[in-house]
Amino acid sequence: MTTIRFYLPLFLSLVAWQAAVTAGLAPAEMVPAPLAVFEGLWRLLRGGELLRHVGVSMYRQLAGFMLAAVIGTALGIGMARLEGVRLVFEPLLKLLYPLPKSALIPLLILWFGIGHNSKIFAIFLGCLLPVVLSVYNGSRGIPRWLVWSAQSLGTRPYRLLWKVYFPATLPDLLSGLRIGLALSFTLLVSSEFLIARAGLGFLIQSVGEMGDYAAMFAAILVVALIGFAADRLFVRLMARALRWQEP
Amino acid sequence: MPHIEIVGITKVYEQPAAPPIVALDGVDLTVEHDQFVSLVGPSGCGKSTLLHLVGGFISPSTGEIRIDGRPVTGPGPDRGIVFQNFALFPWLTVRGNVEYGLAEKGIPRRERRKVAQHFIDMVKLTGFEEVYPHRLSGGMQQRVALARMLACDPQILLMDEPFGALDAQTRLILQEELKEIWRQARKTVLFVTHDVREAVFLSQRVVVMTARPGRIKEIVDTDLPADAPRLAVDALAEDIWATLREEVLKAVVPGDRREQAP
Ligand SMILES: Nc1ncnc2c1ncn2[C@@H]1O[C@H](COP(=O)(O)OP(=O)(O)OP(=O)(O)O)[C@@H](O)[C@H]1O
Ligand SMILES: [Mg+2]
Repeated sequence: MTTIRFYLPLFLSLVAWQAAVTAGLAPAEMVPAPLAVFEGLWRLLRGGELLRHVGVSMYRQLAGFMLAAVIGTALGIGMARLEGVRLVFEPLLKLLYPLPKSALIPLLILWFGIGHNSKIFAIFLGCLLPVVLSVYNGSRGIPRWLVWSAQSLGTRPYRLLWKVYFPATLPDLLSGLRIGLALSFTLLVSSEFLIARAGLGFLIQSVGEMGDYAAMFAAILVVALIGFAADRLFVRLMARALRWQEP
Repeated sequence: MPHIEIVGITKVYEQPAAPPIVALDGVDLTVEHDQFVSLVGPSGCGKSTLLHLVGGFISPSTGEIRIDGRPVTGPGPDRGIVFQNFALFPWLTVRGNVEYGLAEKGIPRRERRKVAQHFIDMVKLTGFEEVYPHRLSGGMQQRVALARMLACDPQILLMDEPFGALDAQTRLILQEELKEIWRQARKTVLFVTHDVREAVFLSQRVVVMTARPGRIKEIVDTDLPADAPRLAVDALAEDIWATLREEVLKAVVPGDRREQAP
């Protein structure tokens, strides 16, 4: 029922869109109709081209995202627990926060070349901030009696991090990561727009330049679908990891 | 040598934008090995503070606390505690919470299970092993906290109103259980309660504290023989209550007690 309620409006707009183009209300060469887009999608799929680009993009996306998750968690907890770490990183993060990370892409390409690394780093930077900030805020607010409980139950100081700080911060970590996930797609595509030899951003750009708007729409659709699926999956995993929380 | 020595303890809570609070003012108390001592006093008189000091979670403003002659410098597994707000790990199930300390001690999984199950059964939570704390009532959470501490088998039990959230029946049962554990396992217990009868029934000495700033007003010997008639318990409780009453009237009850720190 909820599935129908979710997908029905989408389906209806597709029908309306198709009807509008067929009736000549919108120029077909600039707004390809859904059927033409599906045909474009089929063309991209058949050649194996699409899968190759998806593979390249997913690799970059996952690498940047994972890197941000690990380093962001460590940095966030470190900042909350160690004054020195906070003093060094807080000004840096405050400066980086309002900066649109895509502005750094040309610079990153200069530093890391036009291959994977510049893209991975752009995604990493974009995801890092929401993760660090939410982990930092989360681990500052850990009730002290949870730490006390652990200590009086024999937890060694170095194990507190894993046994108390990490689980107590998990809700914040995951919500930071979810924001990072959405940002990572933006950075992925925009970094691949600028200079790239492969990837979904590159694909959108290159078929667009060739005037194949149906294929271009198809590639955009693929990005949207991957982003949507990734978010859904993430929400599922999140609910599972946080099933101990009050609803 | 006494087990716990509390010597000239003062605790002042400094606050950013408010005058400092003197929670304890010159408290001296000595607890021998295997002794069961209860603390009673009006709300806000520093009972929890005193327990936290002995636990080593906070440090005194002046004075010293010694365990077996050695000054307390921090928390340790020799001193188990049931916090007033239970302080369960919300991300662990009932079983996970009760097994926690055993796991930290490095006790193998099977043994851990067995010990944890024993205490889960003891606090009448059989069947709730896989439930997370947020799905339990206050009384049930409190029993998990009790089981979690007992499973670790510490020498000193610090208990902050450990039966406060329980219904009358469960309370009676667990009082008996605790007394039995104390008798058999020879523990040193520091027990905070608002229930004077409970204090008299369980302990050998009852410490009556004054309204804030907390001082010791009186220490009453309550080491009744095991077969003491009910009337004797009631009479002693009556006496202690008379002393406590003055202090309770002096203390202005500041809102809901449960809102405070543990
Ligand atoms: N972390 C804190 N910061 C500031 N003041 C505190 C803090 N903890 C306790 N206090 C104050 O110290 C006093 C003693 O508190 P404590 O919790 O020890 O009282 P209590 O005797 O346990 O009371 P109750 O019976 O209500 O649990 C109270 O006035 C309280 O407001
Ligand atoms: Mg208290």
